[in-house]
Amino acid sequence: MKSPQYTREIPQRYRLEAQKCTRCGKIHFPPRLICSACHSRELEAITLPRQGKVLTWTVIHVPPANFSLEAPYIIAIVELEGGARLTCQVVDCDPDELAVDAPVELVFRRIKEDSPADIIQYGYKAVLRRG
Amino acid sequence: MRDVYVIGVGMTRFGELWEVSFKDLFVEAALAALDDAATDRLDAMYVGCMSSGLFVGQEHIGALLADYLGRNPIPATRVETACASAGAAIRLAYMEVAAGTSEVVLAGGVEKMTDGADVTAALATAADQEYEVYHGVTFPGLYALMARAHMHRYGTTREQLAQVAVKNHRHGALNPKAQFPFEITVEQVLASSMVADPLRLLDCSPVTDGAAALILASAEVAGQAQNHPPVLVIASAQATSTIALHNRPVITRLDAVQRAAEAAYKQAGITPDEVDVTEVHDCFTIAELCVMEALGYARPGEAAALVEAGETRIGGRMPINTSGGLKAKGHPVGASGAAQIVEITQQLRGEAGDRQVEGARIGLAQNMGGTGASCTVHILRAVS
Repeated sequence: MKSPQYTREIPQRYRLEAQKCTRCGKIHFPPRLICSACHSRELEAITLPRQGKVLTWTVIHVPPANFSLEAPYIIAIVELEGGARLTCQVVDCDPDELAVDAPVELVFRRIKEDSPADIIQYGYKAVLRRG
Repeated sequence: MRDVYVIGVGMTRFGELWEVSFKDLFVEAALAALDDAATDRLDAMYVGCMSSGLFVGQEHIGALLADYLGRNPIPATRVETACASAGAAIRLAYMEVAAGTSEVVLAGGVEKMTDGADVTAALATAADQEYEVYHGVTFPGLYALMARAHMHRYGTTREQLAQVAVKNHRHGALNPKAQFPFEITVEQVLASSMVADPLRLLDCSPVTDGAAALILASAEVAGQAQNHPPVLVIASAQATSTIALHNRPVITRLDAVQRAAEAAYKQAGITPDEVDVTEVHDCFTIAELCVMEALGYARPGEAAALVEAGETRIGGRMPINTSGGLKAKGHPVGASGAAQIVEITQQLRGEAGDRQVEGARIGLAQNMGGTGASCTVHILRAVS
C-alpha cells in the first residue's frame, strides 16, 4: 500500500466520515462528488453512527496473501443505523454467535500490513453488541 | 441499424495450458473462428481481457494480438469489464457492424491465468479495492455473502447449491474442450474443502487459461457463408450496478442482470420462456441461481427448485450451461463471455453433438463481471 493511497482514505476509515445528500437525503459512504440517486452535487459531511446490524456474513478460509495469518476470519455486510452499509470483519466472536440482524458496533482496529516494511493499515471492524 | 450475424466461432481447449503463450491462445481461437467462417476478411477486432497486465505483465494487447494474427493495420481494441470483458467486446463489435462502419469484425476474449501471478489478488481488482478488498474479502467471500443471504431469505439449501455444480459437470463431461470433463456428486461437493462459508471448492469455477472468438458480419457477407448456417444476433444489451455488493438494495438481486435482460428481451421482441438454450455466468453455484432469477426464468427464491427438478439439464424444460458452464468448462475470465456464445451458436446450428438441445431456435448468453456490477446479455436466433 502506497502512502498517498492510504492517507486519502483515513477520514473514512478512522472516523467514518460520510455524506448526506442535501436534496434527497441519501447517505453516501465513502464520500463522492455527485449523488447517485438524484444527481445533486450538494452533499454535506456527516459522521456515521457506529451501531448497526449484520445483513449477511461469511467465514474466509482461503484468504488473500496479506491476510494469510488471520484465516479463518469473519466478513460481514453491516447496515448501520440510518441505512449506510459497509463490508468489514467481525471480530472477538465465534461464527456460531452470528445471525442475520445480530446487533454490532464498529471499533477502530488494525487491519493488516502488506509486508513488514509497509504501512500498518488501520480501519473499522465490527464486534457483537452483547447485552 | 443493420442485422448482424455470427458466421464463425472458435475456441481453444480450456485448462492449465502451460505450453501455450498468452498471444498464441488468442491467435489459435481467432484462426479457428476465421476457418469456421471460411473467410480471411477482417475489418476490425475487439478483444475482451480482464487483467493481462497482472496475469502476464502485458498491456496494449489490441495491437499485439492484431500483429500476431497478421492483421495490422486494422483497428484493434482491448475491452475490460472484469469477467464480462468478452461480452462487452462482442457488444462493441455488434454495434460496429450494425452501424455500417464495418462488414466483418472479430470479437473475442482471452485470459492466461496460470503463469504464476497472484490470482486471488488479480481477481479481487474487480471488486471495490478500498471498501471491500481492503478488509480481507475475496471473490468467493463476496458470493458467499450472497449465498448466505439467499439461504436465509428463501430457504435455499446447501445441497441445492451443490446440485448446480453437479448439473454443470454432467454437461461438461460431454464437452471435449472442458477443463473438467467429468461428473461429480453432491457428496463430493459437500466434502470438498471450505473456501468461504458456505461455499466450498466445488462451488467455485476454476482458474483457467483459454480464449474464444466469434466472427460477426453483415447480412451481405453472411449470405455468402458456405460452411454453416448463419445465426442472427437479435439482442445485445449491457447494464451496470454498484461496484460494492453492500450497496445493492437487495443483496441477492443482481439488478444489472435484470436490467440488461429486460433491455435484451425488448430488443429481441421475446419473453424469457421463448429461450430454448441458455449460458449463464456461474462463477459460483449461487451465481447461477441468482442469475436465473434476474433473467426472469424463476421468481426470486424459486431457481433452486428448478435445478433440483432437473429442468435446467439437457432434456429439461430450460437447459442451462450445456457447455458445462464456467464451473466445468473453465473460466478464463476475459474469455468466458465469448465461449458462451460459441456454445449458443453451435446449439442453434444443430452442431452441439452429445450436448444438442433438440430443436433449439433461440439462445441467450449472460456474462457478468465482479459481483454483477457489469452484465451483458446477448440473444441469438437460428435463421435456417
